Amino acid sequence: MKSKAAVVARLGRAATYALAALFALWVITPIYLIGVAAFSERAAVYQFPKPLIPAPFSVETMLFFLRSHGVLQATQASVTVALLTLALTMIIGAPAGYALARYAFRGRDSFRILIVSTRGFPIVILSIPLAVSFMRWGLYDSPYSLALMHTALALPFTILVTSSVFASVPRDLEEAAMTLGCNPVQAFLRVALPLALPGLAAATLFTFVLSWNEVFAAVILTVRNRTLPALVLTVLNESPLPYRFAGGFFMLLPSLVFMLFIRRYLLNLWGRVVK
Amino acid sequence: MSTSRLPEAVPVASGGAEVARRVRRRVQLTPYLLLLPSTIFLLVFFAYPMVQSFGLAFRGDGGWTLKYFATMVHDVAFAPALRTTIVLILILLPVQFTLALAMALVVQARLRGSGLLLYIYSIPLGISELAAGIVWFAIFTDRGYLNTLLTQLGVLSKPFVFLSYQNTGWLLGAIVLAEVWRATAIVMVILVAGLQSIPHEFLEAADVFGATLWDKTWRVILPLLRPSLQVALVLRTILALQVFAVAMAVAGQGATLLAAEAYRWYNAYRNPNVAAAYASLIMLLSIASTALYLWGLRTPEEQAL
Repeated sequence: MKSKAAVVARLGRAATYALAALFALWVITPIYLIGVAAFSERAAVYQFPKPLIPAPFSVETMLFFLRSHGVLQATQASVTVALLTLALTMIIGAPAGYALARYAFRGRDSFRILIVSTRGFPIVILSIPLAVSFMRWGLYDSPYSLALMHTALALPFTILVTSSVFASVPRDLEEAAMTLGCNPVQAFLRVALPLALPGLAAATLFTFVLSWNEVFAAVILTVRNRTLPALVLTVLNESPLPYRFAGGFFMLLPSLVFMLFIRRYLLNLWGRVVK
Repeated sequence: MSTSRLPEAVPVASGGAEVARRVRRRVQLTPYLLLLPSTIFLLVFFAYPMVQSFGLAFRGDGGWTLKYFATMVHDVAFAPALRTTIVLILILLPVQFTLALAMALVVQARLRGSGLLLYIYSIPLGISELAAGIVWFAIFTDRGYLNTLLTQLGVLSKPFVFLSYQNTGWLLGAIVLAEVWRATAIVMVILVAGLQSIPHEFLEAADVFGATLWDKTWRVILPLLRPSLQVALVLRTILALQVFAVAMAVAGQGATLLAAEAYRWYNAYRNPNVAAAYASLIMLLSIASTALYLWGLRTPEEQAL
């Protein structure tokens, strides 16, 4: 009887492992396939049936994409916009996150609820009126205006994340620093900030990926200074297959790397946000 | 050492209330100053454009107008775009939530290497709509990987054209798969966070009473996951209403969605007003679905304790 239960438990365990592997394959296989397409020769991209390994391995397709008209410039624009966005969100959002984590004040809960509810806000509805405004203000088609738009999207997220990061730094340590003669600003800079740094770095990486990926606002707000997703989207239906495949792979590359760094904070971030 | 310092501490302690009051008054202003930049920023770049968007959609000729809304509704592409968007969401969400829950339970099953699993499962979180669309285009295109697999298995003798204008079913299917692949990660992460907040005692108690895995899932886990499910549903529905690059990458002109029409009216027809009408419709659908979830998944009084 008992051994039967043990067998069932063991089978259940094996089935769980099999399921885990199956889910992992479901996520990885498409990434692998687009990687194969991106690192095959250009001729192989048109081949049928398609090779399932990049043989011979070649950077020809990737180079073709990177050397295509406007791609380098658009990549540069994407990086500029993403860096501006993460600087802006940190400068504007981190103080608010700190306030939510450290102070009890009237209106704190309403502010938090307001921020939580703006998190999933339609980009579509902001982009069109902002495009009209930016034209009026002479800011249209510039990395700065797009960075402002991306900041509006990322800010609620940054505020919630930084607040959870600061909340995880014990308040006692800051108070101890103050009893040892630091003023509040010094206590923050010397004690709270270094401890919060890894979490804050994860938050900025997330903002970077958010901005790097964003396409609707990018394609509405730029014309000549296209970011990479905006450029690829506008030429997509006229572009050859190697361009699309290499472009697709190139655009998803940062997420592989960034997720590696963010993964430790992923649950903290969302767990807190859910609360 | 502590006894020698004691006398010094006494005067501070006696004036403590006064000091605390002064500190509190000074501290009281600090949080508001810290919130000020983000409040101003969100008013200018969030609240103002939102109001302006409805203005663009519903104001013209010096007054309120339904002109642009009528243009939108009477456009040939409107009905297909609305239908595809709603059908997409209706198919997408159940598949996505079932898969996400299964993945979250697997991550929480304390397997060896569960950290690696969580990393792998959450990779799509950082993948853009457009990139995901291109990935699934590579799979479904006529000389793509799916046809390679099916012909080599002998299921098909020659490649089948999945992504054709005539195969609206396959077009939608490919878009759904791309979205399931890309956007299940966020639901999974929210559910894992929710699962971790369920006390072990509850599940152990269920075990003591001889509950099966099925019972545990339906009677313990899911009811306790309700807040997480609500958050994930609201978020995913709002985000799914804005999907457009996936459809453009997978289906080209073969399928259209509400957000794609907003983009088309702005970019191709240079008409921000009708584009804003589409945006307003998306906004209204977002609000309506959020209200529906908040009402439909409210915690019943007797379970609220």
